[in-house]
Amino acid sequence: MAGSRLLKKAKGSYLLYSGLIIVVFFIVLAVFAPLIATHDPTAINFDEVFLPPSSVHFFGTDELGRDVFSRCVYGSRISLFVGFVAVGISLAIGVLLGLLAGYIGGITDLIIMRIVDIMLCFPSFFLILAVIAFLSPSVFNVMAIIGLTGWMGVTRLIRAEVLSVRTRDYITAARVQGVSGVKIMLKHILPNVMTPVFVTATLGIAGAILTESSLSFLGLGVQPPTPSWGNILTAGKDNIMFAWWLSMFPGLAIFITVMGYNLLGEGLRDVLDPKN
Amino acid sequence: MMRYLAGRLAGMIPLLFGITLICFFVIHLAPGDPAQFLASMNPKFSETAHEKFVKMYGLDKPIYEQYWIWLKRVAVLDFGDSFTPDGKSVTTKIVERLPVTIWLNVAGMALIFLIALPLGVLSAYKKNSIFDKSVTVFVFIGFAVPTFWLALLCMYYFGVIKGWLPISGLTSYNFDSMSFGGKVADILWHGFLPVFLSVFGGLAGLSRYARNSMLEVLGEEYIISARARGIPERKVVFRHALKNALLPVVTIIGLSVPGLIGGSVIFESIFGIAGMGQLFYQSVMSRDYPVVMGILVIGAVLTLIGNLISDISYALVDPRIRYGRK
Repeated sequence: MAGSRLLKKAKGSYLLYSGLIIVVFFIVLAVFAPLIATHDPTAINFDEVFLPPSSVHFFGTDELGRDVFSRCVYGSRISLFVGFVAVGISLAIGVLLGLLAGYIGGITDLIIMRIVDIMLCFPSFFLILAVIAFLSPSVFNVMAIIGLTGWMGVTRLIRAEVLSVRTRDYITAARVQGVSGVKIMLKHILPNVMTPVFVTATLGIAGAILTESSLSFLGLGVQPPTPSWGNILTAGKDNIMFAWWLSMFPGLAIFITVMGYNLLGEGLRDVLDPKN
Repeated sequence: MMRYLAGRLAGMIPLLFGITLICFFVIHLAPGDPAQFLASMNPKFSETAHEKFVKMYGLDKPIYEQYWIWLKRVAVLDFGDSFTPDGKSVTTKIVERLPVTIWLNVAGMALIFLIALPLGVLSAYKKNSIFDKSVTVFVFIGFAVPTFWLALLCMYYFGVIKGWLPISGLTSYNFDSMSFGGKVADILWHGFLPVFLSVFGGLAGLSRYARNSMLEVLGEEYIISARARGIPERKVVFRHALKNALLPVVTIIGLSVPGLIGGSVIFESIFGIAGMGQLFYQSVMSRDYPVVMGILVIGAVLTLIGNLISDISYALVDPRIRYGRK
């Protein structure tokens, strides 16, 4: 069966495994954050400002005496949440528009692909910054805007896949039997074009996490006191002269997480690609 | 070629139209009256400024009319005046800041190409060797490292601990009194970290792209036939394959414009460089709407031009592609 062949291929993929381990590690960290954190991530303590890493404060403390380790642990929740929701939004829009463009074709296709072209012409990071500044920064707005500016790749991908699938005999057979267009798209075309989307989605989570942390770093993402890796790094930048630990650890967390999703995505690509 | 070019330029008009439409509606996304919103955010926002704002965007008129008024002004590159106390026109402000950003990005881009192409080509040539594997590891690291974090670490190590490099600005305080050579050295010294970091950020993607392109070409039939004719492997790779592999890579310059523009916001605000990215960031933070709108439109236009250049260079370097002829 195809399933066992895939499983066999997956066994040999160290990319997939190392990615999976990292991703699962950070998901566990996010889910069990209250159990893992050693301190209250928002508890201010002016007697313990800027303490270097020690056995009590693993990653030191920040300018308000908060425990950086606990803030990093809770920060993984934000990253995970933003990554998944933003990519969910892009996928929903991208898949829908891609299916419509590819299956219906004609003027619908033309209009959708023109919108894609226009959206691709924006320096998207500028657009994201502007929109968030106008709407006031919040986790919700960050997720929404990252999702709303990231669907174009998925649309192109799905459209191309649909175009190659729609002339196959089994689609024609379904159409001849009088199956409705919506049903053909959802039941017969969609499952056959989803494979490359998995890869794109996994890599997309990595991208969304990076964008969120850049936004929070610039003060336009998650707002303090809610901890996010990006906004801890802002404090790191302001105190770079004497508190290196504020910059080191949250950045390391971003780096390892993003690396994990990238490895997982590349691993999936290797395993799912029938050419390999 | 000329016909193709004319067609492409005509095709850019609806794109530009769509872009300005989105830019315009972005500014109207803000809940409530943008003028009042501005006034509430900024105590310096006087009654006259309020009137000026209302007049400039014609906020008392229906929205389609407002868009039309705005579009007519933008068509002659008039983005209005900034809301900051200096009251300069948006165009002046952008023109002041653009050279620094372009200088840093062009320097970064040139270095990226000089380093990434050999890396990618060699790792394809020696596929699965130790060299190829270390380049791959480097590529994965390059994709995952948040460049602003790396910037902080470099600032801390080279700037704070070692004291070798300045951590802020693009010129020293006594820049004006320096000789010409001293000025050049001063800018290079200050620009080193920002350029190094943007090179690091761009290296991974391009070397990967070069590697894939080279691998694809090495699998082509004309390469197999060249080998079959007994041409030395070295010559096959560096004479026959290299040229064809580099074609698609060179054209990527145009496509990297949006990424560069986005990256300059972060670099310029970290290193305190007075370029367009920093201007955009400051304008966004102080809700300087006219400047934000102006930079959004100009950024999009630069991206469009980048796309056009990439398509044209493709046609120029690849004799198989002839646009405009059937």
